[in-house]
Amino acid sequence: MSQASPTTLSYGRAIREGFRYLLANHRDVFVIGQGLWSPWYVGSSMTDLDKDFGTARVIDCPVSEMATTGAAIGASLCGYRPIIVHPRMDFMILATDQIVNGAAKWRYMLGGQSSPKVTIRGIVNRGGEQGAQHSQALHSWYAHVPGLRVVMPATTGDARDLLIASVLCDDPVVFIDDRWLYEQEEVLGDVDLTPLTEVAPRLLREGADVTLVGASHSVLLCRQAADELSRAGVEADVVDLRVVAPLDVAAVVRSVRKTGRLCVVDGSWENCGLAGEVVAAVAERLRPQDFRASPRRVTLPAAPAPTSRVLESLYYPTSATVVATVRDMVAAP
Amino acid sequence: MTGDGQAARTFANSELGGLADPANFTAPLDLRNQPAARLLRDLETMIEIRLAEEAIAALVESGEAKCPCHLAIGQEAIPVGVSRSLRQTDRIFGNHRSHAQYLAAGGDLSKLMAEVLGRAPGASRGMGGSMHLYAGEHGFLGSVPIVAGTVPLAVGAALAAKMDGKGDIGVAYFGDGACEEGVVHESLNLAACYQLPVLFVCENNLFSSHMDVALRQPSDRMSRFADAHKVACEVVDGNDVVAVAEAAALLIERARAGGGPGFLEAVTYRWRGHVGPREDIDVGLRRSAEELTAWKRRDPIGRLAAALEARGELDTPALDRLRMGVGARVAESVASARAAAWPESSALLGPVYVAG
Repeated sequence: MSQASPTTLSYGRAIREGFRYLLANHRDVFVIGQGLWSPWYVGSSMTDLDKDFGTARVIDCPVSEMATTGAAIGASLCGYRPIIVHPRMDFMILATDQIVNGAAKWRYMLGGQSSPKVTIRGIVNRGGEQGAQHSQALHSWYAHVPGLRVVMPATTGDARDLLIASVLCDDPVVFIDDRWLYEQEEVLGDVDLTPLTEVAPRLLREGADVTLVGASHSVLLCRQAADELSRAGVEADVVDLRVVAPLDVAAVVRSVRKTGRLCVVDGSWENCGLAGEVVAAVAERLRPQDFRASPRRVTLPAAPAPTSRVLESLYYPTSATVVATVRDMVAAP
Repeated sequence: MTGDGQAARTFANSELGGLADPANFTAPLDLRNQPAARLLRDLETMIEIRLAEEAIAALVESGEAKCPCHLAIGQEAIPVGVSRSLRQTDRIFGNHRSHAQYLAAGGDLSKLMAEVLGRAPGASRGMGGSMHLYAGEHGFLGSVPIVAGTVPLAVGAALAAKMDGKGDIGVAYFGDGACEEGVVHESLNLAACYQLPVLFVCENNLFSSHMDVALRQPSDRMSRFADAHKVACEVVDGNDVVAVAEAAALLIERARAGGGPGFLEAVTYRWRGHVGPREDIDVGLRRSAEELTAWKRRDPIGRLAAALEARGELDTPALDRLRMGVGARVAESVASARAAAWPESSALLGPVYVAG
């Protein structure tokens, strides 16, 4: 791939650039998933890849999440780096035996002699009255399982570069992107080829009063909330986790040591979830007196996604939810 | 569901017919002019599998082997017959009952024993036990106990083989119980849809754990699922290594030549229980001492040996020497496994990820 001059790309197009880089430069990469020969399902993220790279490497498939995921894992044991695409994460549940019982444990069970170099892409696609089975963000399930790496890009650059890093990683990776980010734009330069094992959380904004932490779309909420809080005189550190398994909280710990306040935003449920894990991991590494307020979580209510737009508007946290939570923390004695 | 009426249920018309009836196929095998050298090698491998599994049974009984051990005694002919047509660049996947598949593929006997005892020189470096075997150098790419868990892996391995274009194939071993898992049907459909070079080997031993197939399915013929997915199939006496080898060769050569997937249904019976060394007559809902005795007369090893004797290519002293030689190798492998080192404590976390 020739060196490109900086161009403005959306998050969705950046994912497509990641695919283009991989397919153009790595003969061992192929993509399989439902709808890939008519990829309207996946926004702008895969348009015309089948035409540019051929239907032998960009493979549409039957409605068989488990077998296609297993097939991608099987091919990854035989010299390929397949990407299996689940256009909607809810349906990826049907493939979870292959991901959790299979890919995650394969290397371990066989004493490190064989590794599934597979990337499992799950897309979070919610809102718009799509309802309970067309809305879920299940990253915490996969992050719970040793052997998987779980990647959640928040920025347009990461959408491209972390997809590439995931596919070039020799471990099984669950790569989760969010349709609510697809229109976010950024000016991107050359591909950043940092290996996934060296990708660490990133401090996107600095402030002394509170640490806001998120992954994927939650980072956008954190940044919007930080802007609003700044106008009210509250300055926030914003930490983008980027990779949620294995979880590296060093940057969050450093930040909370400075701010004394931790608010974790997660677009999924609270119980046994990512937000709670970050809070616990940070709390274990600090002393009680390092905190100026009790840590807080902003997550979904403990209910499936409702359909009606009136209930939907109550269901999903917004930047205003984050702002209100932080104001409460700052006001706390 | 477990009342007397249900437990007594049998098929009014077994679709497998005589193939599922142990009263049949008890005579010496029809060797069909196959060369003695080939058949004697098969005989030796089957004896090695049987003696190895009897040794494993003893290790379980003595408490030395703690991991769940699923024995394939009585089913030896299937992987031995299939492996005749396989090469080291093929991609074989097993299940929970894979000692025989592993050994037939060429897997090392000492590494099997070390693995069963959880030792570092084991086939999976002591990290897998009986249910997780690996012999990559022979194309045996792994076995796991999630029922049907490796079936789609073999399909993916076949997809990779098709992309490579070198005529290699994927092989999935599974049982009649696995045919009740949805992913088998997804995998058959996928393989047929893409015309992939994969052989589905269904070791139909008529039982899944304690449950007779008659209590689980409306037919005992698993290859009906191959028909449904337009996959070429062969149905054979799984206790006849000659018949298995011929049917497998047909399907394998077809797959190598680009003719698409094949399904081999090999009808057999396991002499031991679902797991462990016991015969488990009391565990099966319709498993009886009479039935087991009848199936033991349909012995894949005895019938091959008898046929070779009838052709003048084996006699009792030669068979004795064969057994003694294999028995010594098995005893040596157990001894070396007992003496082998345990995994280092660093192995607890070491193999989770490739790096970092």
